[in-house]
Amino acid sequence: MKNRSLFVLLTVIVALSMVLSACGAPTTEAPAATEAPAVTEAPAATEASAATCENYVLVPKNLGNPYFDTANNGAQEAAKELGITVLYQGSATADATEQITLLNSLIAQKPCALAISANDSDALVPTGKAAMDAGIPVVTWDSAIAADGRNLHINQAVLHDIGAIEIKMASDIAGPDGGQIAVLSATSTAPNQNAWIEVMKEELTKPEYAKLELVEVVYGDDDDTKSYNEAQALFTKYPDLKVIIAPTTVGIAASARAVTDAGLIGKVFVTGLGTPNQMREYVKNGAAPQFALWNPADLGYLSVYAMHALATGEIKGVAGDKFTAGKLGEYTVEDDPDLGLNVLLGLPFIWNIDNIDDSNW
Amino acid sequence: MMSSSSVSDAKSVKLISENAPAVSFLSRFLHWEWLLVGLIFIVVIVNTQLTPYFLDANNLSRTSSDFMEIGLMMLPMVFIIITGNIDLSVASNMGMSASFMGLLHNMGVNIWVAALAALLLGTLGGVLNGYLISKVKLPALVVTLGTYAFYRGLAYVFLGDQAARGYPEAFTYFGQGKILGTLIPFSVALFLFMAVIFGLVLHRTTFGRYLFSIGNNENATNYSGIPVAKIKFIIYMLSGFMASSAGLILAARFGSTRPDNGTGLELAVITAAVLGGVDINGGKGSMVGAALSLLLIGLMRFGMGLLNIQGQVQGIAIGLLLIFSILIPSLVRSISKAGKNINWRSIMFTLIFLVIFVLFFIFFFWSRAAVIASV
Repeated sequence: MKNRSLFVLLTVIVALSMVLSACGAPTTEAPAATEAPAVTEAPAATEASAATCENYVLVPKNLGNPYFDTANNGAQEAAKELGITVLYQGSATADATEQITLLNSLIAQKPCALAISANDSDALVPTGKAAMDAGIPVVTWDSAIAADGRNLHINQAVLHDIGAIEIKMASDIAGPDGGQIAVLSATSTAPNQNAWIEVMKEELTKPEYAKLELVEVVYGDDDDTKSYNEAQALFTKYPDLKVIIAPTTVGIAASARAVTDAGLIGKVFVTGLGTPNQMREYVKNGAAPQFALWNPADLGYLSVYAMHALATGEIKGVAGDKFTAGKLGEYTVEDDPDLGLNVLLGLPFIWNIDNIDDSNW
Repeated sequence: MMSSSSVSDAKSVKLISENAPAVSFLSRFLHWEWLLVGLIFIVVIVNTQLTPYFLDANNLSRTSSDFMEIGLMMLPMVFIIITGNIDLSVASNMGMSASFMGLLHNMGVNIWVAALAALLLGTLGGVLNGYLISKVKLPALVVTLGTYAFYRGLAYVFLGDQAARGYPEAFTYFGQGKILGTLIPFSVALFLFMAVIFGLVLHRTTFGRYLFSIGNNENATNYSGIPVAKIKFIIYMLSGFMASSAGLILAARFGSTRPDNGTGLELAVITAAVLGGVDINGGKGSMVGAALSLLLIGLMRFGMGLLNIQGQVQGIAIGLLLIFSILIPSLVRSISKAGKNINWRSIMFTLIFLVIFVLFFIFFFWSRAAVIASV
């Protein structure tokens, strides 16, 4: 029993010494040499000037996704032009909790700015706020954090256009008789996919799409195996299924593969958002006659220019701010009632059998 | 005082003495808790050398709240493991309670009423576990495995694929707020307070003694007239209550709730308890050790995160540490028992794992040298 009190005392001492030492008077940031915890101290919180920070960080929803890797290529190109270092850090799965833990450790390293593709628009708000309070500008791209959790959102295309174009492609593919359609999305919490699905549901109430029937929305979690299995489940559950809309590059590739493997080409079609290199064989074999996207490399490129402009004070992050993003030209910050402050990249682009060979990424 | 003079062939040896047997100074330190303290010191020193952001008060404050839900669920888990049982449903209970509160909040119910309802539901979840395990006498592993799936399913039924969001700031204070004037998050203060209470109950009350007794020999305890079934029921109910509190803290920390909140956390909870010296077979353990191991795991994960080591890869270090925590005591035991006949096999295995452990870190840092240099 005596030993136990000793442990408690020692734990308290260890904890206190770390807390007190860390709360001590502000000094340099160099780590102390030999002596244990009580020496290294922290610079006092508030300001982090662009001069003392070293790196910018690009955070995708998760690693191992070609869409995000392409965005990183664009980001690295921008980094080279600007003469800055952009680190590419992400969690292994598209999970909000993991992303928050990752962001906490990134914030701890005091980057110049963060560009995040969020796994959850609400859960990341406290983390976004903490970053902004620590003087780190937060830019979101591809998938936004709610407006008060970031300075700016880099929007790939108008929300409405993305949803509308997918329904239009589905309707073109299904033909004049329409038919049953299903949506194979990413994670159930993904802000961007959920917003597009809402638009799709609104579009389906229009008279010209009266013949299309949305039977189910399933979630592939941006995981290739899960998406493949969900697609197969859809074939079994809905034998009359005509079109699968997959507003995610992982989902569309997996669904097209599932259609091909099940020998359902010509009976079930796939459309949605995909990357040209991944989808080329499915456009050619007929599983996915049309699909759309924007250029994620441009999105990454623009995000880096935007966060650099914020970090260096070139723009303040209010509506009307203008900045130049290298080869992409000039952009203006807009204020949208739903999306908050955002910058629009451009329009979505449709690929089909005629132009699929023109792009190589 | 009895002396040996009554024994026929006795030499002049005192069999029982009034004084406690002499304990060498060094042997006072042969406790698992001291090893944890030593490891914590090593982790702190190594990380301080590697990155200037480790001992930053703001960073520590921010990262500590990441672990408090695990901590809160670990406290009753220590009780349960000491009795030789297990509770795999804690994280699902947490998700279920948080989702229930989210559902009520979405329907317009006052947040405090919703929170109370969630606590009630979580406790009921613990009651179900306790009833099936203590009264119906089903194996704890199977029951909690079932409720692990059942409660998570309920969480999805409550919230579907929506989120609950927009909690008032008075509520999110519990997860995001700090104690006035300091950098200590409220959840950390709450955890420390509860840890002290749970620790006192475990080590200073008869109830705590009963737990150890049940873990060592349940039948003997039962026949001694100790209400084993009632005790088991109580600890599972407690586990449900703490799991739902952890769910509320998580919801407050995120400012929103999704049905998949906390998936997989039960393993982190059990790891923290077992690493703290709580014997998985029951009968041994201490709250101080469990708290120290939570601190150790928290610091290790924080340090590795600062070096941009992936979450899954961090698991290698934690996993190896856990294996050590089992190998070393068994090694020490076999050495002290065997005297001259040392079990070379155990020593060899331990050394192999030690080498793997060290090699992992060397390899990892060598392969990330460029990245670390730029940090």
